[in-house]
Amino acid sequence: MSRRQKVALAVLMLPALAVVVAFYAVPAVMTAAMSFTDMDFRLRWNFVGFATFLRMAEDFLLPGILQNTIVYTFATLALFNVGLAVLLALATTFVPDRIGRVFQALWLLPRFTPPIVYGIIWMWILDPTGAGLLNSLVVAAGGRPVNWITDYPMAVIVLTNGIIGASFGMVIFYSAIKSIPRDYSWAALADGATWLQQVRYVTLPLIRWPLLFVTAYQTLSLLTSYEYILIITGGGPYFASTVWSLYAYNLAFGGYFANYEFGYGAALSIVLVVLGTVASIVYWRVFRFRDMMAEPKIEVM
Amino acid sequence: MARIRLEGLTKAFGPVVAVNDVNLSIEDGELLALLGPSGCGKSTILLMLAGIYRPTRGDIYFDDQRVNDVPPKGRGVGLVFQSYALYPHMTVFDNIAFPLRLRRAKREEIERRVREVARTAQIEELLARKPSQLSGGQQQRVALCRALVKEPELLLLDEPLSNLDARLRIETRTEIKRLQRELGITTILVTHDQIEALTMADRIAVMRSGVIEQLSKPQELYERPANLFVASFIGDPPMNLVRMEFRNDGGMPRLETAGLTIQLPPSARPQLERAEGREVVLGVRPEDLRFRTEPAPGLPVAQVFMLEPLGRDTLVDMRAGQQSIRALVPGSSEAKIGDTVYLQLEVEKLHVFDGVTGVRLDLGAGEQPALRVEAKGGA
Repeated sequence: MSRRQKVALAVLMLPALAVVVAFYAVPAVMTAAMSFTDMDFRLRWNFVGFATFLRMAEDFLLPGILQNTIVYTFATLALFNVGLAVLLALATTFVPDRIGRVFQALWLLPRFTPPIVYGIIWMWILDPTGAGLLNSLVVAAGGRPVNWITDYPMAVIVLTNGIIGASFGMVIFYSAIKSIPRDYSWAALADGATWLQQVRYVTLPLIRWPLLFVTAYQTLSLLTSYEYILIITGGGPYFASTVWSLYAYNLAFGGYFANYEFGYGAALSIVLVVLGTVASIVYWRVFRFRDMMAEPKIEVM
Repeated sequence: MARIRLEGLTKAFGPVVAVNDVNLSIEDGELLALLGPSGCGKSTILLMLAGIYRPTRGDIYFDDQRVNDVPPKGRGVGLVFQSYALYPHMTVFDNIAFPLRLRRAKREEIERRVREVARTAQIEELLARKPSQLSGGQQQRVALCRALVKEPELLLLDEPLSNLDARLRIETRTEIKRLQRELGITTILVTHDQIEALTMADRIAVMRSGVIEQLSKPQELYERPANLFVASFIGDPPMNLVRMEFRNDGGMPRLETAGLTIQLPPSARPQLERAEGREVVLGVRPEDLRFRTEPAPGLPVAQVFMLEPLGRDTLVDMRAGQQSIRALVPGSSEAKIGDTVYLQLEVEKLHVFDGVTGVRLDLGAGEQPALRVEAKGGA
C-alpha cells in the first residue's frame, strides 16, 4: 500500500473513529475513572481509591438487588426471550405464511413503540383499580381488583420485558426454522415422528446456533436494561423489583433523594460490565462461539 | 410387502395441477420407476404415497386398504431423499435408529436391528460417525438403512443416485437393486435419469405434466415408445425425429420431405391410412442408423457435418436435405467431415408418430419378414 493510500484510508476512517471515541471510548474511560472517585452533585474528581467498591460489600441492599437481577435476567430469558420466542416462531411457521407474518408484525409493534408508551400501556393493563384491563376482567369474573404491581413486582417486570423481548428471538428463530430444508421434516414424518417429536428431535437441534446466539445476546441485553422497570414499577415497591442497572442509575441520577452519587453509580456500572464480560466469556467457551462464526448458522448437509 | 394401487390420483396446488388422474398399480415386490423431466409430478406422487401430501382427488390403496387418511407414521413407508436428509446432529447409528426410537422399540431390539441393516449395507464401521464425516456414497447407504430399518411395506426412492459421482452411481444402483431383490420389497423409484430407470426398474412409468405417458417394461419403452414425448425422452443420444408427409398414391406407401423419400412396405398401409396426406414424424434412433460411403443408387444421400468421438462410439452429425440427422457408429468408423454417405434404414427400427397427436402409428412390420426399405434420394 502506498503512502497516499494509507493517508486516504486514515482520512476516510476518521469520522467513524471520532464518533466511536467521543461517544463510546471516552465515556467508558470516564466511567471507569469516575468509579474511583466519590463524585457527587458537585462533580468534583476526588479520587478515593477502592472506597466505592468496598462500599458495595457493606451495602445491605445489594444482595437482594443481585438476586433480583439474576431472577429477572434468567426468568425473562428462559420464559420469554427464548422460550416464548421459540413457541411463537414454531406457531408462525406452522400456520400459512401470510397469517404468520401478520401475527409477527403485531408482535413486533411494541418494538416500534416508544418505551414510555409501552410502559404506560402496561400501567393501564395492570392498574390496581377496577379500571385496569386485567382487573376489569377480574371484576367481571366476580373477583376483587388485584394490586398487580405491588403484589407481584418481579412477575410484572419479567412479563413486561418478556413480551417485548420475545419478538427478537421470534424473528431470528422464524427465519432459522424457515431455512431448514423441507426434506428434514419430510424425512422425520416418514420416519413416523409426530409434530411434537419433529420439533424436539429435528427442528430444535437444527436451530441450535440461533438458540445459543439469542440466549447469549439477550443475557447481556437484559443485564443492562432497566427502562421498562423504571417506568412500570420504578423498581418498587421499595427495592422489590430493583435490578443492578436500575440501582446504579437511580444512585447516579438522583433517585432515592440521593446526592447524585456519580462515583458509586459508576462503580456499580463497572461491576455490571465485568459481570457481562464474564458471562460473554462463559458463553463463548461453553457454546463454542468460535465454531459458530466459522460454520454456517444452520447446519445443512 | 404390499401391492400398491393408485386410482384417479390427482394433486393440485392452487390452480396448478401437478398430478392429473393417474391410475397405476404396482405388484408386490416390484421395482417401478417414475421417470420424467423435473416438474412432471413424479415426486408429488411419491410424497402422496408417503402420506406427506394429501391427494386432491383419487385414492391410494396399500393391499386393497385405502390409505388416503392414514398419516405417514401409520403407512410403513421408507423414504430416501435425493439430499439424503440425514439429521446432521445425530450419529449414523442414531439416524438409523430414529424411526425405531419413535416407535419406542426396546433398546436391545434397536441395537440389533440397526447393526443388522448396517451390515447388509456394509456401513457397520461408520455407525459412530456424524453424517458430515461421510462421503456421498456412504451417506446414501445410511439414508437407505434408515428407510429399511423399520422393514417398510413400501420403499420410496427420490432421485437416490443423483448426488453421486458417475462411477459410484453404477455401483450403487447395482447395490440398491440387489438389496431390493433380496428383501423383496415393493419399491418406487423416482428419477429424471433414464439410465437409472432402465437399469433398475422392472417397469417404468414415463411421466409428463402430471400424466403417465407410457407404462411398460424398460426394453419395450426403448423399442416401442408410445408417443413422440417418450420417443424423444428415452434414448441417449436422442432419437432423430423428422417431420414428413405420408403418401399412398401410386401404389407404394412412402414418407416424403424435401430431399428425402422413404418407401414403406405395403403392410404399413392399413395402419397409416388415417394419416394419409397428413404430416407424420419419422423417428430413427442414432444407433439404428447405418450408412455406407460407397455410392449406392436409391439410398438417401447425406453429408457428414461433424464428428463427436465418444471413445467406444462416434456420433456422426449429418445433413440430409434440410434435415439434421445423427448416427451413432462404432468408434472405428472411418467417416470424415465432408464425406458424402448413403443412409441405410431398417423398417423394424423405424418409428412413426402422428404429426398432430404424437401418438405412435404402427408400421405393421411385425407381420412381415424383415424388409430392407428402399429409400430413394429425393428431388
